[in-house]
Amino acid sequence: MIVFIARRLVISFFVLLAATFIIFVLTALSGDPLEDLRQDASPNKAQKIADRVERMQLDDPIPVRYLSWLGDIVRGDLGVNRDGHSVAIMLGEALSATLQLVIAATVMAIIIGVIIGIVSALRQYSGFDYTVTFAAFICFSLPIFWVAVMLKQYMAIEFNNWLKDPVIPAPVIGALALLSGLVFGALTVGDRRRRLVSFAVGLAVGGGLFTLLSVTRWFADPGFGLPLVLAVSLTAAVGFTVLAAGLRQRGPLYAALAAAVLGAAASEVFGPLLADPTWLEIAGLALLTVAVCAGLGYALGGLQRRQAITAAVLTGLFTGGVIFVDRMLQAFNSYSAAVRGRPISTIGARTPNFQGDFWQMNLDSAGHLLLPTMALILVSLATYTRYSRASMLEVMNQDYVRTARAKGLPERTVVVKHAFRNGLIPITTLMAVDFAGVIGGAVVTENVFGWQGMGNLFIDGLNTVDPMPVMAFFIVTGTAIVVFNMIADILYAYLDPRIRLS
Amino acid sequence: MTINTQATEPGTPSDAQQGLAVVARTQGQMVRRRFFRHRAALAGMVTFGLVIILAFSSIGFAGIPGWWDKSYLDTGSLVNQGRPTLSVVPEFLGGDGVRLGEHPFGQDDIGIDYFALTMRGAQQSLIIAFLVAIVGTVVGTLVGSAAGYFRGKVEAVLMRFTDVMITIPVLIIAAVVGRMMGDSGAAALGVFIGLVIWPTLGRLVRGEFLSLREKEFVEAARAIGTPAKRIIFRHILPNTIGVIIVAATLSVANAVLLESALSFLGLGVQPPDTSLGQLISEYRSAMVTRPWLFWWPGLFIILIALSINFIGDGLRDAFDPRQTRVRA
Repeated sequence: MIVFIARRLVISFFVLLAATFIIFVLTALSGDPLEDLRQDASPNKAQKIADRVERMQLDDPIPVRYLSWLGDIVRGDLGVNRDGHSVAIMLGEALSATLQLVIAATVMAIIIGVIIGIVSALRQYSGFDYTVTFAAFICFSLPIFWVAVMLKQYMAIEFNNWLKDPVIPAPVIGALALLSGLVFGALTVGDRRRRLVSFAVGLAVGGGLFTLLSVTRWFADPGFGLPLVLAVSLTAAVGFTVLAAGLRQRGPLYAALAAAVLGAAASEVFGPLLADPTWLEIAGLALLTVAVCAGLGYALGGLQRRQAITAAVLTGLFTGGVIFVDRMLQAFNSYSAAVRGRPISTIGARTPNFQGDFWQMNLDSAGHLLLPTMALILVSLATYTRYSRASMLEVMNQDYVRTARAKGLPERTVVVKHAFRNGLIPITTLMAVDFAGVIGGAVVTENVFGWQGMGNLFIDGLNTVDPMPVMAFFIVTGTAIVVFNMIADILYAYLDPRIRLS
Repeated sequence: MTINTQATEPGTPSDAQQGLAVVARTQGQMVRRRFFRHRAALAGMVTFGLVIILAFSSIGFAGIPGWWDKSYLDTGSLVNQGRPTLSVVPEFLGGDGVRLGEHPFGQDDIGIDYFALTMRGAQQSLIIAFLVAIVGTVVGTLVGSAAGYFRGKVEAVLMRFTDVMITIPVLIIAAVVGRMMGDSGAAALGVFIGLVIWPTLGRLVRGEFLSLREKEFVEAARAIGTPAKRIIFRHILPNTIGVIIVAATLSVANAVLLESALSFLGLGVQPPDTSLGQLISEYRSAMVTRPWLFWWPGLFIILIALSINFIGDGLRDAFDPRQTRVRA
């Protein structure tokens, strides 16, 4: 293993070295770095040109410039851009902005994509499966910048306008209800009658829900309130128990339900603390939740102690998440007033000069993250859906799954324990590779949404024919690609013992 | 996998009479059959064909005039503020009737017919996409097969070269080419993007070669002294054709999207030349006042990419030897 890693690192180092040379030369050749100054009309034009020529060493041939850059890099100096700003500082800011953007997007794409993919694999050749497949193909074919501009227009500008008087028009309610009915119907297995019944249920639930939201003008002052938090958490408790342990033994169910109730009660108890917390306090509460829920699972779990702990901890964290979102939504009204009724923004990472409490600041970030995240998610969501569907289908046809069924295990155990875990192996490696690509891959999205991230650093460097920022960009993204690819290989070998690293 | 009809004994009812006849099919016939049974792929193929015919026949190409009388270069006076005159809602449904009108896709702000402009953009995007796919596939196949067949030093050198190429962002190449080539950029851009995107296919082909070169028929060919070139092109390559065709098809779709993204960032096709992505980039600020300038090129990008993706999916299923079930 160590030999493998060492060899890979040495080879990768030389690969990156060769790539840096090519990129440096290409960037330097791509245009005239003095173009803007040549058209400059100010009296000290000659001085400016002389300054820049000296700063960028334009009198030296390109290979010499490359070598001097390389020498600086070895000493840990990323150099200055053509205007004399430190590239290291620019890189730090850009990296933190991009990570904010892509971590949220990637995590959400993975969770949603894997769930949809697995469900559509378990319901192969159903209406849901065909719809998901078709939707994935559409997502693959969407030009991301086109989607981004559309999102700006319809999800931000028009949505903000609509928020002034948040009444959902009747045809839209009808369409949403129909959609929810179709989802319910497509997910049901069985004959036509059962499907029609679920369709009707979905129709009624969707229609009722959206009518209620519209009549009460929920969007003007959103929030859940304690009863709804409790209801959602209890439902989640049942769901997690079904997934983790099944309902045959009562222990895990009681533990999960207790976790939900305790969580909802805690939101009242910790009310003063939650009025304006810090991230540290939130992290502390999360740790407390995990500890308490683990204890609950241990105490109430009975025979299925391990599964009970899993179910209780998941429920506890989920409840915490719901409470967090609820608090954020409660701050919505004051935040919306502070930004003059335009909570969904289209440019940048935060509202300039905006100051508020913890929840309002979070809401501000969320409002800025929403659109770029949606644009970024679309494509990777489709990839994860397709991959996890294919991988799950492959696994479900394996002999060990047939064996598991044959020895009479319940379907839940077969899917969750025997199929799901093995189906995740190829997806894990995809995640690692995908994450590396996405750091440098958000160029277009950053461009449309005016996000000062890595992509912007790179594009600006290219447009101004300035190799320094471009090289800084490449050092980060190139290293990320190499490292994450190696992590993917090691993970793969660890998860699947049949694979040997050599 | 050809199955011959069994000889039937005289007197007994033949398999054909019982409806049990097994028809012998060659590999190619089976692939074609599976592909044409794949409805989505067929629909994709028809759509893609129509888009190509529309793009090249309407405004003509390379000096040959087309059936559309307006040019993508002529400015004109704005009719009805340049709104599209295309109507597809028949009169009895309360619409304006099915008609094209003077400017079916509308006009841009200086009165250029937007249908002609979109068609010109589609032509350029398609040409670039095909060039990318052809160049990328040829280079990728050559490198991959050489690396996979010869192993040893050749493989080490070629694969390290592939690794270097994979890490270089396509945007840099596009920026350099776009600036250097100026007006005649479209074709050059296609070739150069093709020269950067081949590594994916190269790795795929190498993987196929690595397993195929150990097979008995290759060993037999080597034993009777067949030259390497002949073994590669005659014995191994035909067995990898499925992988290559599928990858090549999908790379056309990716190239359309890549080209449009590059042009959108201002690094691809440079004005006055145009492409679908360049059109979107140019009119992105018109989204509020003249949304049609933004809709049409986007619609064509999606149409092209979606239909090719479906064709690629159909081909993948058709070439998959594990797929025994012929879709009804």
